[in-house]
Amino acid sequence: MPDRKGDKPLVTEKKISRRTLLAGAATAAVVLAQTASGKSFQAALTKSELHLLEDPTKVPGVPPGTLGTRSPFEKPAKAPSDISSRTPLQDLFGTITPSDLHFERNHNGVPAIDPAKYELVIHGMVDKPMVFTLADLKRFPSVSRIAFLECSGNYRSAADGKITPQQICGLTSQSEWTGVKLSTLFREVGVSPKSTWFLAEGGDAAVMTRSVPVAKGWEDAIVCYAQNGEAIRPEQGYPVRLFLPGWEGNINVKWLRRIELSDQPFQTRQETSKYTEAIGGGKIRQFSFTIDARSIITYPSYPQKVERGWIEIRGIAWSGRGKVVRVEVSTDAGKTWKPAELQEPVMDKAHTVFRYLWNWNGQLTEILSRTVDETGYTQPFLKELMAARGGNMGYHFNPVTAWYIQKDGQVLFKAT
Amino acid sequence: MFCQKVRSMQENMTKSGIFIGAFCLLFSISLTAHKTLTSAQNGSQADTLDYPRTFGFGRAATLEEIALLDTDVRPDGKGLPAGSGKVADGKLVYAAKCSGCHGVTGVEGPNDALVTVKNPADQKTKARSKTIGNYWPYATTVFDYIKRAMPFNQPGSLTDQDVYNLTAFLLHENGLIKPDEVINAQTLPKVIMPARDFFVPDDRQDGPEIR
Ligand code: HEC
Repeated sequence: MPDRKGDKPLVTEKKISRRTLLAGAATAAVVLAQTASGKSFQAALTKSELHLLEDPTKVPGVPPGTLGTRSPFEKPAKAPSDISSRTPLQDLFGTITPSDLHFERNHNGVPAIDPAKYELVIHGMVDKPMVFTLADLKRFPSVSRIAFLECSGNYRSAADGKITPQQICGLTSQSEWTGVKLSTLFREVGVSPKSTWFLAEGGDAAVMTRSVPVAKGWEDAIVCYAQNGEAIRPEQGYPVRLFLPGWEGNINVKWLRRIELSDQPFQTRQETSKYTEAIGGGKIRQFSFTIDARSIITYPSYPQKVERGWIEIRGIAWSGRGKVVRVEVSTDAGKTWKPAELQEPVMDKAHTVFRYLWNWNGQLTEILSRTVDETGYTQPFLKELMAARGGNMGYHFNPVTAWYIQKDGQVLFKAT
Repeated sequence: MFCQKVRSMQENMTKSGIFIGAFCLLFSISLTAHKTLTSAQNGSQADTLDYPRTFGFGRAATLEEIALLDTDVRPDGKGLPAGSGKVADGKLVYAAKCSGCHGVTGVEGPNDALVTVKNPADQKTKARSKTIGNYWPYATTVFDYIKRAMPFNQPGSLTDQDVYNLTAFLLHENGLIKPDEVINAQTLPKVIMPARDFFVPDDRQDGPEIR
């Protein structure tokens, strides 16, 4: 306990409440401490020091600070590997992913870029090759859009069913993205009408490159500098990233430093060796940008245990082709399907929350969700998808996922 | 003391509240006077037509600064630098700078296999093997990628000469060129890549069909 100017803190060690013990996993918390002379200060307390007072109505709370904090009782966490880190879908509510929980996929780490030195070069088949600083980009008319971003390699399963939504498909997240429309920059540099593809290049250690059809640039591409109201996080491309609504994560090049207009694709490693999928008959599908419609029930899900009685089944549904028009839920292992309620506003190319109220009778069953988007596409079962792709799995894998509910209430993943 | 602080803060807030209120009022008046407000629905792009021809933000890029960044190589060879590479020389660079992560013969790992194993005894190797020899559709990608991203722990450290040599070596190990073939801006785009014919553009149509 910090002791300022010899004052003895009033917070004493004696009372350790049940709640304190429950919060035992807390590593640090910010609390208001008060000295004997009545001075109050914010103190970061470590695990052993964290003992919340029995009754918060009997002591003044923490005064306003310069940054908000997450309650020490809440510990949502991304699940990192060497190359990516997954969003804890089962711990979230609504549709906006808190920026520090947005999934990550990098090809050689997160670079440190000084915004004062940042420049975006646009050249190639243009009238005026140009350089834009971050300040320049912010002066252009801006646009904001709420949309999901999903890595196209986003399906995992586990034979024993012990797998969370985060592990199954945690490489999808949603933010409000703000920036300048790429079309605005295209007009500024005078993109040649003969240009059909452009190269987007990142300023990271992988100097990541992808070829993008120019038509997408005119349609709805955004050169983003903000995410959920503040500057983009380094993990998401600080200071500037490309955002292509509805398209696979990898092509939304982060740390964007260069755009080169061309009349053919560049055939970069990330669009040949990777991010291409075998579809049977010896064929490999390339430039498959759009994310197909998908949904997943995030509650109840593994590792949760449920009790008999009313359960609000909750989840998210999305499509890279447009709006989700319907989500259907089955609580009898797929025999019958009922429409779930969609939370308004249902947005284009955005995670949409669905809910279905269910009274569980305590018997073994399976619950499933499937979504239909505005193009009439229905999320397929795993078997259908495998059949359509010549028995192959791989990128753009969006099968219906089932949750098996045991008699004891334990929820387990089940492949369809 | 704490209470005093709170009181003065409240006073401050009230003052700035009034200020913000007045500001908003002025702002909304000026907006309505300007023109009818249009709303942009979740990022819609239709509202750019009345933009000026140019905003005049940003500056012209010089040829020199573009050349510094523009190292990409297209399948037709555009972007390839001067110089050439040999298989034997590439073997030496590979042993020194790449074998630690990709294996002595390019198949042992621990990172990505770079060489296609012909008729593997272990069927699992076959199933896993997506390599330059059996999966990469364009030889130019080998040069472009090595130059920009490898070695992983020292990206951007190779000379064009190193990259040409390494490209020749890897193409040879994958059975795509003969041991004495020289790789340069003219020969590299012409290397025949067996995987080229497998690649098809996205065949999904925006409709009900599962593909
Ligand atoms: C420190 C380890 C390391 C070293 C050294 C290294 N690489 Fe790599 N290499 C990697 C990793 C990791 C990847 C995968 C990167 C990714 O997927 O984004 C990779 C990928 C590649 C690929 C693409 C493989 C594919 O199938 O897509 C090529 C080609 C390659 N390296 C060539 C080289 C060459 C040539 C050298 C020597 C100059 C080299 N590497 C040195 C770690 C290394």
